[in-house]
Amino acid sequence: MAAPSAAGPSAPAGVARPPPPRPGGARAWLRASLFGSPSSAAATLLLLAGLAWLLPRALDWLLFRAVFRADYEACRALEYTGACWGFVAEKHRLVLFGRYPWGEHWRPLLATLILVATLALSGHPRAWRRGLLAVWAVALAAFVLLMRGGVLGLSRVESGSWGGLPLTIILTVVAMAASLPLGIGLALGRRSRLPLLRAVSTLYIELVRGVPLITVLFVASFLFPLLLPAGLRLDALGRVALGMTLFQAAYMAEVVRAGLQALPRGQGEAAAALGLSTWQAQRRVILPQALLLVIPNFVNSLLSTFLDTSLVTVVSIYDLTGALRLALGDPLWRNFFLEGYLFVAAIYFTCCLAMSRYSRWLEGRLSSGRRR
Amino acid sequence: MAEPIIQLTGVNKWFGSFHVLRDVDLSVAAGERIVVCGPSGSGKSTLIRCINGLEEHQEGRIVVDGVELTDELGSVDRVRREVGMVFQQWNLFPHLTALENLTLAPTQVLKLPRAEAEERAREQLRRVHIERHADKYPGQLSGGEQQRVAIARALCMQPRIMLFDEPTSALDPEMVKEVLDAMLELAQGGMTMLVVTHEMGFARSVADRVVFMDQGRIVEQKAPREFFGNPEHERTRDFLAKVLPR
Amino acid sequence: MKRGRLSWSTRSGRALAWQAALLLLLVLCGWALASHAAGSLAERQIRTGFGFLGQRAGFDIGEGPVPYGPADSYLRAFAAGLANTLRVSLLGILLATPLGALVGLGRLSRNLLLRGLCGAWVEVLRNVPLVIQLFAWYLAITELLPEAASPLLLAPHVFLSKGGLQLPLPALAGGLSLELPEVTAFGVQGGLSLTPEFLALLAGLTTATSASIAEVVRAGVLAVPRGQAEAALALGLSRRQLVRKVLLPQALRVIVPPLTSQYLNLTKNSSLAVAIGYPDVVSIANTAINQSGQALECILLIMAVYLTVNLCTALLMNLYNRRVALVER
Repeated sequence: MAAPSAAGPSAPAGVARPPPPRPGGARAWLRASLFGSPSSAAATLLLLAGLAWLLPRALDWLLFRAVFRADYEACRALEYTGACWGFVAEKHRLVLFGRYPWGEHWRPLLATLILVATLALSGHPRAWRRGLLAVWAVALAAFVLLMRGGVLGLSRVESGSWGGLPLTIILTVVAMAASLPLGIGLALGRRSRLPLLRAVSTLYIELVRGVPLITVLFVASFLFPLLLPAGLRLDALGRVALGMTLFQAAYMAEVVRAGLQALPRGQGEAAAALGLSTWQAQRRVILPQALLLVIPNFVNSLLSTFLDTSLVTVVSIYDLTGALRLALGDPLWRNFFLEGYLFVAAIYFTCCLAMSRYSRWLEGRLSSGRRR
Repeated sequence: MAEPIIQLTGVNKWFGSFHVLRDVDLSVAAGERIVVCGPSGSGKSTLIRCINGLEEHQEGRIVVDGVELTDELGSVDRVRREVGMVFQQWNLFPHLTALENLTLAPTQVLKLPRAEAEERAREQLRRVHIERHADKYPGQLSGGEQQRVAIARALCMQPRIMLFDEPTSALDPEMVKEVLDAMLELAQGGMTMLVVTHEMGFARSVADRVVFMDQGRIVEQKAPREFFGNPEHERTRDFLAKVLPR
Repeated sequence: MKRGRLSWSTRSGRALAWQAALLLLLVLCGWALASHAAGSLAERQIRTGFGFLGQRAGFDIGEGPVPYGPADSYLRAFAAGLANTLRVSLLGILLATPLGALVGLGRLSRNLLLRGLCGAWVEVLRNVPLVIQLFAWYLAITELLPEAASPLLLAPHVFLSKGGLQLPLPALAGGLSLELPEVTAFGVQGGLSLTPEFLALLAGLTTATSASIAEVVRAGVLAVPRGQAEAALALGLSRRQLVRKVLLPQALRVIVPPLTSQYLNLTKNSSLAVAIGYPDVVSIANTAINQSGQALECILLIMAVYLTVNLCTALLMNLYNRRVALVER
């Protein structure tokens, strides 16, 4: 505690003034956070030693001795002492776009850019208005048009040849978008006054959440062809998208339900006391607030759906993960799988990190907006 | 006495196995101002929440303005259109501005055109002296201001009866008066009011009748002068001794 | 409240009507799907029913506590798969819990370097798909490790190679003894042998789940209100006493429910075994579907297995919650 004289002679007592400077500054802070106690100092030294051993080797392998050209002989000559980024240079188009016809790669590239741009646009709260739905409709139509072709002089490419990043992104977007209304319905159903509706919704949610996504993908690829009548028959990609939607809906329902439960009871009561019907109250009062409340959780589910799409490779859909395995099928380059996995992992990681940072930013923004 | 606007006969209600309302009989004349008081857990909030169907009673009859509250679909809606309610926690809709809070029910329930609903809303906001806050969100208002918006919101439906469920209990002391003043003005306008409150000063100066409840029963109901001057029951005296300043 | 007769104009009447409509819709959908499925099954000449479980499966299962050969039945194959699922899940839970707890506490450490490293561990593992991690582990084991004939010696009689991990196996033949693995020209023989598939799955599940558990632990510790620590310090408790007597017991109450769901997640994620060829119940089912064509039955079996695991866990959780629940009025 500072002596009163430190305030200076000119400052009268009781008037607000800036705090005294923190003792020591950045160096003292660093010392305190690295060598604050004997055990902390020991941990720091141990970790530093580990890093000192690891970092030069890792950097050597990753950068200094690495081969960046798509030169198989040079990569072999390394004998694994350095990374062969030549694999990425050679195969990146295969990894990014799967078996899409080589000459037409500009189409999936453009389609991906459109989706990513629309996603980025949707990220800002100021864009959250009705027009956004129209923007999405246009973006999705453009995506399908570009990918499938068959019109405007574009050659037709069946969904069986789609692959890589565009597939990963479109599966994520479709599963999220389609599962939102389903999830809202299930969440409302689970809180309904009607016992049968409540039971059915609860059963669906708990059943789906209880089994692994793989089972649902099996259902999609083995059972849907048996169960769905011929008029509703979907191609493999459509079935998988439907399966992921049905799976995600159960999780979405729980996200929405959390928002519904977080609202004070008084909101519904006030709406009822004003004479609003149940539906009017849900639409005008309850859902707008509940959904706003769970937007950060929604972004988190977007993230896990994005990661989950990698499972579709098990049922032979060549998303980003599947396309990498396709690329690794080349016996010549197969030994450089580590580089391949690092490349793909880096793509996933960057996207996810961006999403989780965004979710945190949004949470801060929304919660500061709610209070005065 | 003319036909009562609210008539409760032999009303009973249970929460699980807990008997909250026991054989409650109450009749309220149009224009009457009633204060309901009693210790916490005595069932007074539940009583007024039964009157607009927020809680369902299990036995007995509740008739509001000639409409009996039953399982029939229309009955609750018709009653709620005549009965406005103000809550302890004011329960404004935080995602709507003050004005939108006021116009929501008139546009949705009464299907009024927006312009007319807004005009009505501004008039009610003027009435509780808060018109300048029309475009603010509830989070930007003080507790007292929010509660006055809540009163205006209920008035926008032009109810014949207003229910107040401890309207000042959640307010900071310096804001109680502005809300009580708004309620006083309403009372002077001839509104039928049922007010659950611990504000004995309000009861003394505004109420036509004070209803004292304990353990789910109406123990006694009297004009305020008699109620405060000459309480009949032991429990009423106990209660008054605790809440009245010495 | 007076209840009139049940009719469309009463609330209870309408509720009943809606539910009847819902029931009718469900029955109709079920019937339509079932009859269509029966038609398409007959068309493809696929039999139905669980009768196939008794038949000879004809494929081999390389590992597991339930010995299995091509002559055994489908039922036994599913049993072997279930045993494999439980084996890798339980071991994964045992390993991931302490690892996750350490990482989680590390993220709360006052040491900047430790905090940063634990944070990086969590971020990387949570933001890369588990399938990718499993493929990478599997390839790392089968491609980067030395050949089975010249394994790494991790400890006396513990060998690691492309062929997997070999450990001494305690045997009960005439008193307690150890069966020791030996290096031969054909690789390591004897002892307890863990396949590369098992190792990759275990390593992937353990590390990935440890990141999730770390987040659970961290959130649990942070969930204890600040006032608790302030009150304890004001009473003169030391930091260690504060953590052990005040923070941990309260944090545990917050941690256990999400921790359980992480355990269930690990068990569900073990189904990714199918991607690297570890014979868990899902990959057995996959093989069985491809051989017998009886997809419906096999999928129902997997679902039944996972739902049973979930129910058992939920039961245990409830018992635990009843024990630790705060006494509140």
